[in-house]
Amino acid sequence: MLNPDSVGRTFEGANSITVTQSEIDAFAAVIGESDTTVAPPTFSIRISLEQSQSILSDPSIGLDWTRVVHGDQKFEIFSPIKGGDTFSCSSTIESYRVAAGNEIVTVRSDLKSGSAIALSSWSTLVVRA
Amino acid sequence: MIEVGAAIPERTFTINRGLLKAYADASGDQNPIHQNEEFALSVGLPNVIAHGMLTMALVGKFVTDWAGGSAKVTHYGARFIKPVIVPVDTDVDLTVSATISAVDENSVTIDLTATSAGVKVLGMAKAVIKK
Repeated sequence: MLNPDSVGRTFEGANSITVTQSEIDAFAAVIGESDTTVAPPTFSIRISLEQSQSILSDPSIGLDWTRVVHGDQKFEIFSPIKGGDTFSCSSTIESYRVAAGNEIVTVRSDLKSGSAIALSSWSTLVVRA
Repeated sequence: MIEVGAAIPERTFTINRGLLKAYADASGDQNPIHQNEEFALSVGLPNVIAHGMLTMALVGKFVTDWAGGSAKVTHYGARFIKPVIVPVDTDVDLTVSATISAVDENSVTIDLTATSAGVKVLGMAKAVIKK
């Protein structure tokens, strides 16, 4: 179970992740996108889910990632991601509830370039009972 | 015409096990429920299922093609209501359509519908596009 003290808190993740053009190209190729001057809108999931996983799986927070299914996902893109961009990452546990034994956690992930947020995404994760 | 209620023509994408492997490699999501049938069945799934985020990426391609590029999308969200089931050696469809639901000075909002094998797989799927 999630440690209730973690709800509402923001956790700092990697402080310098650089997106390479080849990562964007590979992601775009899967969906048939040939214009990779900016990344496809969902590309950032590659960074944010891994960051959320490493933060939320920490024993002090206690989410059982092996039982996680993705409930919903939302992106707000303030500045589209380009190859060579460098970001710092943070994750905030925005809400938590238990329904029928399943834990339902909404995590917001921010990618920041300096002090400006380039992209925020919200993942609702369901930890199956 | 960009007006509320206007429909954006339907388009079909093909999903198969090869695409799931390619998406797993490109996204870093190597969860075995998207690649290994035995494992998927062992956790109570009907078969291997597509990554919800692959479905969302393909629907996103529908959005960006209509919008005129990835840089136009400022908001994109969806709920995963049913899995896209991908049996071995089979091409399954992801059929996407949309309706314009709001227009203002700076942006257009579209409501998206996505089905596979006739089953609705995304709920409350919406994108906002810069004009």
